[in-house]
Amino acid sequence: MSIGLTLLGLLESGPRHGYDLKRAYDERFGHDHPLHYGQVYSTLSRLLKGGLVQLEGVEPGAGPERKRYAITDAGVTDLDGWLGRAEKPEPYLQNTLYTKVVLALLTGRSADDILDTQRAAHLALMRTLTRRKSTGDLADQLICDHALFHLEADLRWLELTAARLAALTEEVLP
Amino acid sequence: MTAPLLVAADVRRSFGATPALDGANLSVRAGEVVAVMGPSGSGKSTLLHCAAGILLPDSGRVTYDGAELTALSDARRSALRRSEFGFVFQFGQLVPELTCLENVALPLRLAGTRRRDAARTALEWLARLGTADVAGKRPGDVSGGQGQRVAVARALVTGPRVLFADEPTGALDSYHGEQVMRLFTESARDSGAAVVLVTHEPRVAAYADREVVVRDGRSVDLERAR
Amino acid sequence: MRRWARDLALGVRLVARGGRGAWTRLTLTAVGVGLGVALLLLAASVPAVLTHRDDRTNARDFNEASGRPTDTSVLYRPLDTEYHGEGVYALAVQALGAHPAVPPGVSRLPGPGEMVVSPRFRAALDAPDGALLRERYPYRVVGTIGDEGLSGPREYSVYLGSDTLTGSWRGNAQRLDRWGSPTPDRGMDPVLLLVTVLGIAALLVPVAVFVATAVRFGSEARDRQQAALRLVGADRATTRRTASAEALLGALAGLVVGAGFFLAGRRLVELLSFDDISVFAGDLTPDPVLAVLVAVGLPVAAVLITLVALRRVAAEPLGVVRRSTTRRRRLWWRLVPPVVGLGLLVPLAGRVTRSGGSLDTAQVAAGLVLVLAGTAVLLPWLVERVVGRMGGGGVARLLAVRRLQADSGGAARTVSGITVAVAGAIALQTLFAGVAHGYEKPTHQDPRAAQAIVTDNRESGPAQRAALAAGLRRSTGVHAVYAFGHGAVFVGDDGGSLVVGDCATLRAYAGVAGCADGDVFTVGTDRSPAFRPGSATTLLVGAQDRELRWRIPATARTAVRSAHSVEGDDRAVLLTPKAAAASPLPPAMPTTAYVRADLTDPLAYDRLETAAARVDPLIDVMRVSGGSVDAKFATVRTGLLIGSIAVLLVIGASLLVTVLEQLRARRRPLAVLAAFGTRRGTVGRSVLWQTAIPVLLGLALAVLVGVVLGGVLLRMTAEPLWFDWSGILGVTGAGAGVVLLVTALTLPAVWRMMRPGAMRTE
Ligand SMILES: Nc1ncnc2c1ncn2[C@@H]1O[C@H](COP(=O)(O)OP(=O)(O)OP(=O)(O)O)[C@@H](O)[C@H]1O
Ligand SMILES: [Mg+2]
Repeated sequence: MSIGLTLLGLLESGPRHGYDLKRAYDERFGHDHPLHYGQVYSTLSRLLKGGLVQLEGVEPGAGPERKRYAITDAGVTDLDGWLGRAEKPEPYLQNTLYTKVVLALLTGRSADDILDTQRAAHLALMRTLTRRKSTGDLADQLICDHALFHLEADLRWLELTAARLAALTEEVLP
Repeated sequence: MTAPLLVAADVRRSFGATPALDGANLSVRAGEVVAVMGPSGSGKSTLLHCAAGILLPDSGRVTYDGAELTALSDARRSALRRSEFGFVFQFGQLVPELTCLENVALPLRLAGTRRRDAARTALEWLARLGTADVAGKRPGDVSGGQGQRVAVARALVTGPRVLFADEPTGALDSYHGEQVMRLFTESARDSGAAVVLVTHEPRVAAYADREVVVRDGRSVDLERAR
Repeated sequence: MRRWARDLALGVRLVARGGRGAWTRLTLTAVGVGLGVALLLLAASVPAVLTHRDDRTNARDFNEASGRPTDTSVLYRPLDTEYHGEGVYALAVQALGAHPAVPPGVSRLPGPGEMVVSPRFRAALDAPDGALLRERYPYRVVGTIGDEGLSGPREYSVYLGSDTLTGSWRGNAQRLDRWGSPTPDRGMDPVLLLVTVLGIAALLVPVAVFVATAVRFGSEARDRQQAALRLVGADRATTRRTASAEALLGALAGLVVGAGFFLAGRRLVELLSFDDISVFAGDLTPDPVLAVLVAVGLPVAAVLITLVALRRVAAEPLGVVRRSTTRRRRLWWRLVPPVVGLGLLVPLAGRVTRSGGSLDTAQVAAGLVLVLAGTAVLLPWLVERVVGRMGGGGVARLLAVRRLQADSGGAARTVSGITVAVAGAIALQTLFAGVAHGYEKPTHQDPRAAQAIVTDNRESGPAQRAALAAGLRRSTGVHAVYAFGHGAVFVGDDGGSLVVGDCATLRAYAGVAGCADGDVFTVGTDRSPAFRPGSATTLLVGAQDRELRWRIPATARTAVRSAHSVEGDDRAVLLTPKAAAASPLPPAMPTTAYVRADLTDPLAYDRLETAAARVDPLIDVMRVSGGSVDAKFATVRTGLLIGSIAVLLVIGASLLVTVLEQLRARRRPLAVLAAFGTRRGTVGRSVLWQTAIPVLLGLALAVLVGVVLGGVLLRMTAEPLWFDWSGILGVTGAGAGVVLLVTALTLPAVWRMMRPGAMRTE
């Protein structure tokens, strides 16, 4: 999962201070792993160098936390590309998928699209596994079943998350 | 690639003020299994019923094998459902007064098969679905899963060209669900039948060749998204 | 008690919030029960109707006065006739005293040339097609008869003022001194009472049976509701009480609806008349005791029936388990009511005859109710037994049979009302046909020779007689008129008719051959031989009752009649005009005319009446018939007939409601059948089978019970056993017809339910 792309997503709704970015990140995705300031500023400077963000202005006073960052057009394009791309289906994807869904909702994109894209990718893999199961021996079948159940769990969790968040945004944003 | 056997194009259908379908599309080729997925209340069952000629859409066209279903008389559509289609429904589909065996034999009897022969064929299918032991019981006296398998047997017994199944594995455990799905896919591949399968379960949808997602009465084609 | 109140309240709330299904159920129940209640109230009004009617007809009745005429004396002559095929109560009156008595409902006795008429009569006079009636009664209308002088609102009745009545022994009128028949009605003889008791039982038991089934409408939906209540922790007693709340509500709503039907029907009743019987709305008042019995008994019965019915159903939390599917119905206790009932009736064999014997009404009524109600109790067992054995034929039969097997009780309930009604009607008919001949009074008239007899009591000569004949002949439909002078001839105590007419008339009268003017004939039959020529006779002729002595000429020819006379007076002396002139007979004599005419059309009879009235209003026209039925007996028969028809219709209407309700409960399976392409015809036929099978069983049982019951009752009257099979077939057919009609009426609903949209409705 990419912290850079996540920060880009957070910036899309408007320019922010680095300090705000860290707070917003921790609130939504940090849970047990809050970002270090150092991590934030090194990532931002990488994005600056790549032209994906730009400095919007420096407020009076000293210290790096006085800088405001804004997303550039190139940054938006990068973010679009990432959100629209299916993650390679594999177990334990939830961090990335979750981040994508939240960002989509935050930036006014359709979480359903992300879901559909991901579902297609998951199902394609599941179809392959299902087909392999019908030709394979017992060991093959059991292994395939295990993978299938996990993939299904992922998809279901994702659907549930999308539904939950959609209900939530409806409450929050009128 | 063969021409589609069944096509529903831009189908709209409302129930009173509720728009259940708002421009949905579905196309199925012979021998193909298509899964219809989507949130509850999104219009999956309604799409299935429209595609099968059970419900008439308010607008849009449904064609089967080149003939426009929506233009046929009720009697012709009934005859078509009797001879070409098989159904597994989401709710209360077995005739409660008939025994399970009679329920399975019913489509055959309606098509004019003699009683003896119909019963024999029906029993074979019940056995294939592992429910031969409930043949003499009434639907009210069997478990939900057994009843579901009886319904599946009833749908397959006439060797339909299109099989419509609404949550066919809803009441089944994984093992029996898989058995039913294998029967569906096999019968589709063997006989060139098409299967339209409404399901919530990705593992069940994985048996399909393709999936269509219905959301708010509109269908989303995932092939394009991919 | 508190618990009852609480659970009933819960039940009421469940109905109120139950959505459309619960309301539909309640409405159906209310309508069904309401129809029954209306019928019960109607039956409860019968005593009042009969009493009031009898009171009024007694009050306008009269008895011939004896002794000297008084101040209030009135001469009267009954002129009852027909108009448009309905009876007309007509009385010619003529004041004798200075202060003549007036009949009830009349303010002043009509003077000569005046008449007082009933409202219906006045309406007929004023109607566009009233010309015949106006010509028949060329009198001035001076008043209207009030309700208190009428038997019913639609009666044709008229008092005609006359000045040509004469009151002597053989005059054209009698004398009364006051109106009203002081002698009480002769009361019902025991046989008539038996028929009436059976009639009322045969009307009421089916209605009661029907009401009992009506409160069970929608039991399936209610059972499901109970299961849901059990699931949230209600105990069995609670669910039973909440379920009875719905029955109670249905019964109460049914009472209201029934009272509404009754009041509405009451306002319409004056517009109807059936076979000369019409009823004043005011008379249609339920007996207070019976009305209270209905109002209180029905809700209580509804609750009791529900509680008893629910004992068969164990409402378990996970759905409703019907005990009946595991426990078969037992026969023995179902046999108890009919057997006990027959036990009450059989020992009465030969006890009830027209003349003697008394009828223990209570015992008979109890026996009848037990036997008839027993039919409804036996039916579920019979249906279960027979249907249980049936296998499927085609798909339609299979669906029907399986459905019947799943709920044979419901099927039996559907037809139990019809079954009991038909059983009662057959018993009634059997009893009726058996005793009816005792009530047919032979009139000794032969309707083949002439179709009407016209009697003119004026003393008229040949010219007047010819004018009468010509007047009658002009009336449409009349083929021939034979008018003759009419008197009586006696040899000692033996009497015969004295007839003066031309040869053609005499030929028509007695079939004499080789007649020439101047001839005298004396005719008779083997049983009443002709008077011998040369006998000395006494002749009685006309109003003055002059006794004339005359010897039958020795030259008179004796003839044996080939056929009976029209009037049954087989012995007669016939004189040709010349022979009459040679006898002491006066030229003017009362006239009788035989009319050959086609009178099957009531209008033809009306025309003949009018033609006669145009000659003289007091001329009497009488239809010739082979036999006349005792009027009271005819009334009972008519009443029972109306009742049977009403019961069959009401039960038919409610059957429609029941079947629709049962269909409603089956929407889902019907929609699924439609979804996989079942033909409408297949489903239609299965619905037909589903009704036809229980109906056939019910009717078979009805015929059996009806015939046995009728036979037992007939034995009670000691009449020979005789079954009117064509009548039985008719009643059975009517019952079957009602069911077929109902099925046909439900088919549109079936088609509607087969629309697949119904598939997901819960
Ligand atoms: N007969 C009907 N009358 C009224 N509304 C209906 C009817 N059938 C469907 N609807 C409405 O149409 C919409 C779509 O229903 P449909 O049954 O097609 O959904 P679904 O996708 O099959 O849902 P589920 O997954 O729960 O079965 C819903 O809002 C439903 O309430
Ligand atoms: Mg559905």
